[in-house]
Amino acid sequence: MAKIYVNGDAQEVSLPLNVSELISQNNVAQPDMVSVQVNEEFAEREDWEKIQLKEGDKVDFLYFMGGGAR
Amino acid sequence: MIDFTEEQIQRYSRHILLQDVGVEGQEKIMNARVLVVGAGGLGAPVSLYLAAAGIGRIGIVDADVVDLSNLQRQVIHFTKDVGVPKVKSAEEKIKAINPDVQVDTYYEFLDSSNALDIIKEYDFVVDGTDNFPVKFLINDACVMAGKPFSHGGILRFNGQTFTHLPGTACYRCFFKEPPPVGAVPTCSQAGVLGAIAGMLGTIQAAETLKYFTGIGELLTNRLLTFDAKTMQFRTINVKQRPSCAICGDHPTIDHLIDYEQAACDLKNH
Repeated sequence: MAKIYVNGDAQEVSLPLNVSELISQNNVAQPDMVSVQVNEEFAEREDWEKIQLKEGDKVDFLYFMGGGAR
Repeated sequence: MIDFTEEQIQRYSRHILLQDVGVEGQEKIMNARVLVVGAGGLGAPVSLYLAAAGIGRIGIVDADVVDLSNLQRQVIHFTKDVGVPKVKSAEEKIKAINPDVQVDTYYEFLDSSNALDIIKEYDFVVDGTDNFPVKFLINDACVMAGKPFSHGGILRFNGQTFTHLPGTACYRCFFKEPPPVGAVPTCSQAGVLGAIAGMLGTIQAAETLKYFTGIGELLTNRLLTFDAKTMQFRTINVKQRPSCAICGDHPTIDHLIDYEQAACDLKNH
């Protein structure tokens, strides 16, 4: 088990775990729309399966928010 | 130096009292030119607070007329304004709050044909739009023109905002391109708690005033998000993406793009 931080909250996860697997574990709505940072660096979508997470990693999911005017 | 009138000293006394603002800061605010794109949920509080603060010149872009369904959150428009162009309704309130403010109204859509021409007249741009095509357009135009801007988005009970200065992360660093049409709901489709617009808009107004007065740290290279259900606020540090198509090391976008808008958003026009 390892402790990682998803959007600031600690999560216990089993390793090995890549970014794509973390996204499905967290039931991220519309994964094709989400933008991901690992340790404050943007992770390119094509690298999600290659990026193996480790103890203490910080992962942020950024979502589109479109409202404002109407 | 502007010679402040007695009335101005009184009007702006609570700013002038602030050590960080003072007479010098207030003068910077009065010399500032700000473009607010969208006179809706975000543009309403932004325009009201910037007018009250004494921003010298405020441009407002919006091609809509006031609808009854706007009044739940677009606090610059009143019941009597239903059917009136939003830019006219907003201009009237701004003038009523502060007759010193020069107001420029653009009763049109911001698109690739007019964006750079309009933006070049201003020192700072506030994105108060409700759709992704224009959010990307504002981002690209501001990056191209070297203009700072405040990004804002709200949905349901959530808001997010960041401030861009040349050389800091832009919207395309966060999101490479707009989501496919209809993939992500807008407020007109999914709803929004009215007060959320005020929360986010006043943050954008504060960032604008901080920019002109040089106070504190702007929300650059940081994305502020909040969830009003829990009232949890969070800032996520972000970095400029070297591969960003507009602000990266080798930009590939050399012209403004008019992305397709969702049909359900356009039917109102």
